[in-house]
Amino acid sequence: MGEVIKAGSWVQIYQVILPAGKRAPQVPEDTKKVPLELKAKGFLQEDAKLGDTVEIKTVTNRILKGELIEVNPSYEHKFGKMIPELLQIGPQIRKIIRDKEV
Amino acid sequence: MAANDYGEVMARKNEIMKKAVGIDYERFATGKIGFDYERMMSEVGYKLDEIIKIQSETAVGKTPFIELKNITKLARKLAPEGKGARIFLKDEAANPSGSYKARRASVSVYHAQKEGYPGVVAATSGNYGAAVASQAVMRNLETIIVQEVFDSRGVGQPEILEKGRKCEAYGAEVLQLSVGPELFYTFLRVLEDTGYFNASLYTPFGIAGVEPLGYEIVEELKERENKEPDAVIITHAGGGNLTGTARGILKAGAKDTKIIASSVDLSGLHMASDHDFNRKSFTTGHTGFGVPFATWPDRADVPRNAARALRYMDEYVTVKQGEVFYITEALAQIEGMERGPAGNTSLAAAFDLAQKMDEDQIIVVQETEYTGAGKHPMAQLNFAKENGIDVRNGDPKEEKAGKSVIIPEHPSQIKAIDVDLDKLKLSYLSKVIEDTNVKEINQVDLEFLADEINKSKKATEEILKREFNLAVVGG
Repeated sequence: MGEVIKAGSWVQIYQVILPAGKRAPQVPEDTKKVPLELKAKGFLQEDAKLGDTVEIKTVTNRILKGELIEVNPSYEHKFGKMIPELLQIGPQIRKIIRDKEV
Repeated sequence: MAANDYGEVMARKNEIMKKAVGIDYERFATGKIGFDYERMMSEVGYKLDEIIKIQSETAVGKTPFIELKNITKLARKLAPEGKGARIFLKDEAANPSGSYKARRASVSVYHAQKEGYPGVVAATSGNYGAAVASQAVMRNLETIIVQEVFDSRGVGQPEILEKGRKCEAYGAEVLQLSVGPELFYTFLRVLEDTGYFNASLYTPFGIAGVEPLGYEIVEELKERENKEPDAVIITHAGGGNLTGTARGILKAGAKDTKIIASSVDLSGLHMASDHDFNRKSFTTGHTGFGVPFATWPDRADVPRNAARALRYMDEYVTVKQGEVFYITEALAQIEGMERGPAGNTSLAAAFDLAQKMDEDQIIVVQETEYTGAGKHPMAQLNFAKENGIDVRNGDPKEEKAGKSVIIPEHPSQIKAIDVDLDKLKLSYLSKVIEDTNVKEINQVDLEFLADEINKSKKATEEILKREFNLAVVGG
C-alpha cells in the first residue's frame, strides 16, 4: 500500500484546527459547516506513507504533527489561457493616444 | 487540551499580545473612549529620520517616481478642454520584496531584532508576508507567516498562493489555513509557542514605516516640478497605507494635498464566507477590508490600531474589479510597466479623477506592486471563469461582485464612485458609542472623536447630540 517516503523528505501535512462544530461564534453559516484546516510544509522526521500521521520539522525548526498529504509539494498557480476580454485594450488605447479618435 | 480551545486561547489574547509586541497600550488611555494617538506614535514608534536610516540599511524606499505620460495623454483625450491632471506613479514594486509593504515591515523587524526576539510572526495573506520574510532574512531573524489561502474544497486563491510561494522563497515558514477569522486563533498559538515578535500591520512601527513614502513623494515633486501634489490617491484596505502616507505628506509640509482613498467595490461578498472566498478577483485593496477598518480600526490584532484612516481621508472612492484589470493592462500596454493588479486600484480611480482636475494639476498614485503567475489579471480572470463568474466586456457599472467581472469596452467607462464619508463617520461613532456604552461625552473624548472623524469639535458635538442624543459635559 503506497510507497515509503524517506525521513528527511520535504513534505506537506494537513491538520484540522477546529472541527465543524467548534468554529468561532461570529463565522457565517456556510463556514460554520466546515472545519478550519491547516497545511504546513517541512522535513519528514521518520519514514512514512501518504495518509500516515507524521511529524515534520519546519524551516524554523518547529515540530508539527499531521496527516502526510504530499511529497515535494508543488506550486500549481500560473497565468493560464489568454483572456480574450483583455486583448482589445492595448490596440484600442494606442489608437486613441496616437490618433485623434476617441 | 482544554487550554487550547478557541475560547481559552482568545481569552489569553491580551496577555499573549503584550508579550509579542512589547507595547503597553493602557498607558495611552485618556477619557472613557479615547487614547492619545500622537503620544503613542511618538513614544512607541521611531522618528522620521530614524526610520529613513533603518530603511536604508535594508534597501527599502527611495523608489522611482514616474510621470505616466501616455496614461495622462489618454485621460486628456477623454476629458473636457483644459482638464486632465498629470498622473505620477511611485513605483513601490522596486522595494526588495516587490511592494510598499517592505516599508511597513522594515521598522517592525528592526525593532524585533533590537529587542532580541529570535523571530517574527505575521498574519497576512497579502504582500506583507513576503515583506516581513525579506526584511527578516536581512536581519537574520526567523519568520512564520499565517495565511488564509483555501476554501473547503481545498482550492487556493491564486494570488495568495503566489504570495505564499514568495514568503517561502525568502525562507519563511508558511502556515496555510482555510477560510475563517479563526486564523487569529492559530496566530496566537504560534506566538505563544515561539515567543517571536508580532510583526502586526497595525502597530506604530508598521504605520510609521510608511511615512517616508508620503514624505518622498512631496519632496521629489517639489524638486522636479516646484509644487506639492494636488492630490495623492491611495489604495485602501486596512488603512495603514493611507494613514502612513498621509502622515508623511503632512510631515513634508504639504497641508493642502488632498488625500483620496480608493478601494475595489466588493459589496455583497462576505469576507468570512467559505462560499464567497473564491468568488472575488481581488484579495486586498477592496471594500471588504476598507469599509470595516475605516469605521472600526480597533478590530485589528492589537488593542489600539495605529492605522486610523478616517483621520486623514478627504475623499473615498470605489472602482470595479473589471476597471482595475483594464487599467492594469493599460499600464503594461502604453506605459511599459507590468504591475499589480490589486495595487492598481488607485490608478484606475486616478484615471477618472484626473479627467475632472485641471491640466496644470498633479495627482500622484502612490504605489505599484510586483506581478507574476497567480497574481495577474490573466490568472485572476481564468480563476474567476473556473468559479462560475461571468467575465465579459461591457459597462463596468453593471458589475456585481461575486457574479460578474466586466472589463470596460472603452476607457471612458472607468468611473470612480464616491463613498459617503459622513456615513462612514457616523458608523464609526455608532460603533464606539455601542462598544464603550457611554452616556455622555467628556471634553477629552470629544477632542479624540473630533480627531478620529476629522471634523471640528463643534461639528462633532452637534453630530453626537443630533444622531446619538449624547451631551458633551465639562469644558
